[in-house]
This record gives sequence, structure tokens and C-alpha cells, in this order.
Amino acid sequence: MNAKSTPIFTDQAVSLAAQALKVTRGHNTVIEALSLPLTPGAVTAIVGPNGCGKSTLLNTLARILAPEQGQVILNGRDIQQLPSRTVAQQLALLPQDTHAPEGMTVEDLVRFGRQPHQGLFQQWSPEDQAAVQAALSAADLLPLRYAPLDQLSGGQRQRAWIAMTIAQSTPLLLLDEPTSALDLGHQIEVFELIRRLASQGRTVAMVVHDLLSACRYADQLVAMVAGEVIAHGPPSEILTPELVFQLYRVHCDIIEDPFSGSPMLANVRRA
Amino acid sequence: MSNQHTTPRMLPLLVSGSLILAVTVLASLLLGAGEISPARAWAALWGYGSDEALFVLYELRGPRTLIGALVGVALGCAGALMQAVSRNPLAEPGLLGVSAGSSFAVALALVLGASISTLTVFVAQAGALVGCALVMTAARLNGLGHNPVRLILAGATLTSLLMALTSLLLMFDQRSADEIRFWVIGSVAGRDMSQAIQVLPFIGVALGLLAFIARPLAALALGESVARGLGEKPARIRLISVLVVALLVGSATAIAGPIAFLGLVVPYIARHFTGPDIRRTLWLSAVIGPILLIAADTCSRLLAAPAEMPLGVMTALLGAPVLIVMIRARRMPLL
Repeated sequence: MNAKSTPIFTDQAVSLAAQALKVTRGHNTVIEALSLPLTPGAVTAIVGPNGCGKSTLLNTLARILAPEQGQVILNGRDIQQLPSRTVAQQLALLPQDTHAPEGMTVEDLVRFGRQPHQGLFQQWSPEDQAAVQAALSAADLLPLRYAPLDQLSGGQRQRAWIAMTIAQSTPLLLLDEPTSALDLGHQIEVFELIRRLASQGRTVAMVVHDLLSACRYADQLVAMVAGEVIAHGPPSEILTPELVFQLYRVHCDIIEDPFSGSPMLANVRRA
Repeated sequence: MSNQHTTPRMLPLLVSGSLILAVTVLASLLLGAGEISPARAWAALWGYGSDEALFVLYELRGPRTLIGALVGVALGCAGALMQAVSRNPLAEPGLLGVSAGSSFAVALALVLGASISTLTVFVAQAGALVGCALVMTAARLNGLGHNPVRLILAGATLTSLLMALTSLLLMFDQRSADEIRFWVIGSVAGRDMSQAIQVLPFIGVALGLLAFIARPLAALALGESVARGLGEKPARIRLISVLVVALLVGSATAIAGPIAFLGLVVPYIARHFTGPDIRRTLWLSAVIGPILLIAADTCSRLLAAPAEMPLGVMTALLGAPVLIVMIRARRMPLL
């Protein structure tokens, strides 16, 4: 890679797909016979009721969990057969509920993103520095780079974690409920960052708790119930009152956001 | 780790640490409970003076200081490592029964007929390994990891159990009792230099492994999933860490007996200067460890002169208040 160009990520086609996955946790089968190709270059939001297996799916896609049956295919190969470093160079994961040690600064955190690219005794390279710089700048964190994480707002802190995954320079980004603990303003801050990352060509998959935000910020919606995908497609095409009922057991009407054009729920009421 | 951001902070720390260490070593050589005044010791240092002065300097204080330095490095690094891998600032080998496990193993070997000079090193290491594995399991049990009181209780329970068992063994065997009583109270005085040389390779291997796992270990501080997302293998890192802690604590215990609190206090001070990153904490711990240990040993000679206070007593007196302050702090620092 040329050190002069901003090393966002290697410009190559990337594909990630789940094939006939069965994932169990303890004695419970959480996911059964699930197949899902991620659309390259798009933001995919996985939605569904609590306990439907969305986080389990994301963690299986990220190779944190191993499926009992089926495969996750990364660039044509079974992800479980690939070395963990190779996977980490292709795919960055932001888990739910992250904690950084006290006193760690934004830049310290972002620098961790370079680990999959460093050899055992390899020094910090100009390329690493450039990637960290680019990640900080992409997440609007340059002025806060030396600030300790525990002194930031929730939104800033989450942007710092995302910046770490940006510095990993991977074409694929998996985010588990990136906005779950944030208030509205901070949620939008994070979703807009995710949109910018997608516009640079990354493929993003995220678990999103809030259906409205998912429709607003995702290109592809994956609706899950009880470990199965019941609908998959652009939000405006697949979101219907019937789907919402299947997901959350509530009645509603679907209207169009007059500004963004994305579908919205109205008149939500108990079944 | 050369970069514009850590180097300027690490280099002055290590340089000033090394200077303080040099002063401490000098003090340890010049000061003592005996008749040799600092001035006479100074002369002896350059080869002048009576046979007595030369003997005190080169046969007593010199080896004692060297052993102190070795034990300080081992316990300082072991403490930093153990706290990092269990993500708990109170996880310390001495506090959590690893040293006690090591002592118990040695006592057992003695009772079974081994002589203290031959087997100690390996036996102490095996004991440390078992103790360490027990503690790691306990520290990772749900609810124990970030509950300081419960972690300390678990450690205290294990320590007193092992110490009771050690006493029981010694009760039945008078020969071993005399041999080991002096050893069970940690001290660097009158230790066998040849044993220190015997453990050098172990400490070397441990420090080599440390260099190998420092970076993955730092990532582990961000949590299991994050570390795996960065391509690290947490289970393997933990396994190597346990091995390294056992090598270090086993070596230290074999030559100096169990010394409490050092592994707790050293990383605590180091983190104050370096922040939470284990890559920085470790190197500074390797400097602060010998400083504290040699300083405590020097004090132990002077405070009760002409008698000597055992080093284990000294470190406990210094370490206990720090532990209380840490537990009383409103919130545990999250590692």
C-alpha cells in the first residue's frame, strides 16, 4: 500500500455471507437454517425483537461465535478456517457494551485498530500513523485525540470506538447496537458517521434496536424473529404493517417521512 | 514502540526510574545494621578497607542487593501482568495465594525429604503454577472479577488455607521446620547466590514471553470480543500469562520466600505514571519493583538496628495501607 494515499482500506471486492447457519448457545438453538448475503457497499441493519438472535448472528458473522452447522463465507472461504489475523484485516467488529481502561485516551484507543496490521516486533509505521490520523479525522475526533475516554460524552466515546474500527482499515464493518446507550442527538451523530463510512465504499452490518433509525439510515433491512430472517430488502420495499406486527406484535400504519422519504411508523398501538 | 506519543513520556520515566534505582542500590550497599559505617563501605566498594568491610560488602550486602533487584523485577512484572490479565487491580500474586501456594509446595517437598538447595526452584514454580491457575479461575468467576471485597476474601481464604497446611506439615517434621521457618518469612538476607543464578534462566524466559504477549495483552484490556475482533486469541494469551506469572513468582519465592504486597503496590504506582496500557506499565514496573524492594530491605536493616526486621514484615507494613486506600476508593479503577 502506498503510504502517501490515505490508507482507508484496500480497494478490493469483499463479500460476507451466512450459509445455512445453525448457532446454539448452551442448550438453546438461537439461530436455525439462516442464510444471508450482505450487500457489498451497503449499510445493512438487522432488526427484531429482544432475544431474536440478532447479536448472535452478528457475532457469528464476525467469527466470535462458531456455528454448529453451516458456514460464514468471507471472500469465498469459510471464515472459521481463516487465521484470525486475516479475518481482522478484512472485518472490524464493534461489540456491544464496550469498556476501556480508565485514563485511556482517544488516540490510544484508535491505535489498537492497527494491531492486525503489525508484525510481532514491527515498529509503529508511518502507514499506521496515517491510518490513525485518517480514522480520527473521519470520526471528527482530531481536537479530542488526547482526551481521556472517560471524560467524553456518550456520543463522542462511541465515535472513538468506531474510529478504532476505522483505523483497522477493513472493507467490512460489523457494529452491535452502536447507539443503544445514546440519546437522540448522539444517536444521529453516530448514524451519520456510519453513513459517511458507507459512502466511502465500506460494507456495514449493524444490529439496531430502533426500527425507525434502521429505516432511516440503512439501505438494507434484515428482519429477524426467533432466529430466522423473515424479510430482507430495502426498508421502503419490505416495511409493511404486517411485518411490524410479526416483529413486535403491535399494529401500526406506515407513512413516508416527508423529508428523507424513508418509511415511518404512525399510529402505533397494542395488538 | 517508537512513536511521537508514547516515547517522550516513557523515556524520561525510565531514565529517572533508573537513576532512583541506582541511588537505592548504592544506599543498600552503604547502609546496614552492622559495624561497617557508610564511609568504610564506600572505601570497600573501591577495593580498600579491612577484610571485614570487604566481606560485608561483597559477600553480604552485594548478593543481597542483587537478589533484591531480581526479586523486585520478578514480583513487579508478575503483579502488573496478573492485574492486566484478570482486569482487576487487586489481583496480586502475594495477595491471592500464589506465593503461598509456592511456599506450600516447597514445604511439602522438604517434608518428603528434599533438601532445600536442590529442588526448591522447580517445586516453587509448580506450586506457583497451581496457585495461579486457581486464582485466575476464581478471578474470572462471575461477580468476583470486579468485586474487590470478594476477590480479597477469596485470596485471603486460599492464603490462610495454604499457610495452615504449611504449618501442619512443619509440625510433623522438626528438621524441615527449622530449615523453612526462616524461609517462609520472606527475606533477601543470607540467601544463596547460587539459587539466584539458578532462577535467572526462568526469569529470562518469562521476560521473553512477556515481550511476546504484551501487545495482545494490551488489547485484552478492551474486552474479550474487541481483542478477538482485532485478531488476538484471548485463551492463548491467558495461558501464556499464567505460565509467565508462575515462572516469575516461583523464581522470586524460591530465592526469597513469599513477599507480600510488592506485586500490588508496584503496578499501582507504575500505572499512576504511565496510564493503563500494560505495555508501558510493565516496563516501569520492572524498574519500580527493585527500587521498592531494595529500599524496603535497606529500611528493614536500619529501623530495628542492630537487629533486622524481616523484609516480609516490612513490605506488609508498607503495603497494607496502600491496599486499604485502594479498597476504600469509591470506585475500582477499571482495567
